[in-house]
Amino acid sequence: MPGTEPVSIVRRNKRSLQQVADDDCGVNGCKSDDPNETAPPPPKAQIVGWPPIRSYRKNNIQTKKNESEGGGIYVKVSMDGAPYLRKIDLKVYSGYPELLQAIENMFKFTIGEYSEREGYKGSDYAPTYEDKDGDWMLVGDVPWEMFITSCKRLRIMKGSEARGLGRGISIDVSFTERYHQLGFSKEIFLASIDSHLRDSMDWESF
Amino acid sequence: MPKRLASSLSYEVLEHVFSFIQSDKDRNVVSAVCKSWYEIERWCRRKIFVGNCYAVSPKMVIRRFPQVRSIELKGKPHFADFNLVPDGWGGYVLPWITEMAGAYPWLDEIRLKRMVVTDESLELIAKSFKDFKVLVLASCEGFSTDGLAAIAASCKNLRELDLRESEVDDTSVHWLSHFPETYTSMVSLNISCLGSGEVSFSALERLVSRCPNLRSLKLNRAVPLDKTANILRLAPRLVEFSACTYSAELRSDVFSNLAGAFSNCKELRSLSGFWDVVPDYLPAIYSVCSRLTSLNLSYATILSPDLIKLVSHCPSLQRLLVLDYIEDSGLEALASNCKDLQELRVFPSDPFDAEPNASLTEQGLVAVSLGCPKLQSVLYFCRRMSNAALVTIAQSHPNLNRFRLCIIEPNTADYLTGEPLDVGFGAIVEHCKDLIRLSLSGLLTDCVFEYIGKYAKKLEMLSVAFAGDSDLGLHHVLSGCESLRKLEIRDCPFGDKALLTNAAKLETMQSLWMSSCSVSFEACKLLSQKMPRLNVEVIDERGPPDSRPENCTVDKLYIYRSVAGPRFDMPPFVWTKDEDLGLRL
Repeated sequence: MPGTEPVSIVRRNKRSLQQVADDDCGVNGCKSDDPNETAPPPPKAQIVGWPPIRSYRKNNIQTKKNESEGGGIYVKVSMDGAPYLRKIDLKVYSGYPELLQAIENMFKFTIGEYSEREGYKGSDYAPTYEDKDGDWMLVGDVPWEMFITSCKRLRIMKGSEARGLGRGISIDVSFTERYHQLGFSKEIFLASIDSHLRDSMDWESF
Repeated sequence: MPKRLASSLSYEVLEHVFSFIQSDKDRNVVSAVCKSWYEIERWCRRKIFVGNCYAVSPKMVIRRFPQVRSIELKGKPHFADFNLVPDGWGGYVLPWITEMAGAYPWLDEIRLKRMVVTDESLELIAKSFKDFKVLVLASCEGFSTDGLAAIAASCKNLRELDLRESEVDDTSVHWLSHFPETYTSMVSLNISCLGSGEVSFSALERLVSRCPNLRSLKLNRAVPLDKTANILRLAPRLVEFSACTYSAELRSDVFSNLAGAFSNCKELRSLSGFWDVVPDYLPAIYSVCSRLTSLNLSYATILSPDLIKLVSHCPSLQRLLVLDYIEDSGLEALASNCKDLQELRVFPSDPFDAEPNASLTEQGLVAVSLGCPKLQSVLYFCRRMSNAALVTIAQSHPNLNRFRLCIIEPNTADYLTGEPLDVGFGAIVEHCKDLIRLSLSGLLTDCVFEYIGKYAKKLEMLSVAFAGDSDLGLHHVLSGCESLRKLEIRDCPFGDKALLTNAAKLETMQSLWMSSCSVSFEACKLLSQKMPRLNVEVIDERGPPDSRPENCTVDKLYIYRSVAGPRFDMPPFVWTKDEDLGLRL
């Protein structure tokens, strides 16, 4: 669990794990000491399982804190064909190269060379992410700062899906602006890109 | 088949009479009247509840009750909710499903809580029970969307699929699409625990539109507002709905669509969800508010003024779950508006911060107590409390049956007097004679346990943390609380003496949990030997408990009565009195 270390608070009616391991313990544990004597309050460490809030709720709170205070931005990473999911903190990386390196190490594969026009070449895999609007985008298309605030989860796509993406849904931001000016919604825009792909349009003509 | 009876009432008549007896307690009494009643009753019992899956074995259940249709099983102890039970401890449902697959072909309801459910178990359920109707997985884990796909594909008569607060692994399978086009039986669907990738909107819409009996629908976080409105329009007869909204600026077209969709739902009585809700959208639900009996806003970060406005539209409210953003002022508004309120739960928005996040104190709870005569069930997180407030609550509410108070900082004294909160909780148990569940917090001495032992005669479940001075505290509870079934304790100076003195009591209870207390491994072994029908589990990840000095205290202790004997699926960090202890290493 991120951030929670098993810490016992030393109080007059408790023993810390450290003491239990080392000392010669009495059968009844500690009796209460002089009630007026209080140990100086230890620094605010989280006690395991306290306050008694279910993980389900804690995760919801945690997400909010992360979003508002700039704490870690944790996203799930999945890879097609791998039987497990991982979680990473996007804040830990300073840019795309670091992030992709980390993912390569995590799942033991190589991603390939990225180019704006052609996506990821040289491998069967393409790293994609789901953004706040629920759309699947190729990792690397938008500036890094925009990416870490809009990325909800990552998925390493494999095979034809990856190749399809690789060849073209990498779109310049200015493209989308131009399309918006023409009055088209993002959905239509992206759908139109697919069909354009099939016709192998020349990007320069845009 | 049961033997023909030489009694004045024939088998058929008795069976018919017994069919009106639904509660387990009553059925158990009936079966104890005489041998022939025992025989008749066991053949016609259809519903089984097993509060601890290790208290009995599936074979034993099947042997006694051969024609069961509905089973409810609970696995891990309650403190597992707070990460106190290590992963891998147990609670596996597969052995149960395997046995029942052969013995109960007509089983149609399975309800599980805090159990480990694998895809294999789900696939076995899908394959084995032809008329399967109800699957409830509450706080379960270990399965993925693959398992759900198997259920969806095979269970043609499935009525209820409820995954409340379970952890589901996403394998990116569009499992909802596995419900065939011919499937129309859904009545209750709860997928609020699923992550964003695990539900396809179009499959959901198609499913909702072809299930005319759908009455309860709880969606997950990822469903945006416009989709929410669409789904509501497809299911206007919903009684329970979990809405999910995006944080986005108010758009009037989306708002009016949503408001229109809600106003269509004349039977809506319960709303929940509200993740990321923007207050500007709340008026969209005003049309249903007057009929709402249950409202769960405990994931919504809306602040007191908006909460007050909302609550003032809900005069019929019986149940409210909310964050401490409601503040004392909001609870005062609740008290004056919602006279039918029976249950209140207030959760902390920022539990790990020492400073209070919102102006919520004991005053809010007192206001609700004084203003809502029907209040029965309370769960309240706050940062300060006084004996005076507790006494006021106790005296104004003798009908309280569940009272759980969590003062966030351990050992917090009465903020007015600096005294322990013994007197306050004492008043609660003294006045609330029907109290069945109690959770304590704050600065507490052995005195509070004396009160509890003396007055809390109907108490069934007690949770204690950072309280008491000595074994006497535990002794008071074990010797005084006649109805006690579940006792869970953490970080209290309770030890061997109280435990061994009250060993016999433990067999009358379902379970006892003690962690970070002062019980020695020696005492555990002794207890185990003395009480063969108790399973005494020492949960200790540090290594074999007897490799440490003999009087050293154990980390965690879970004791429960069982007729099934020691279990066979214990992980390496669970230690029992096993004679082969030496061989375990």
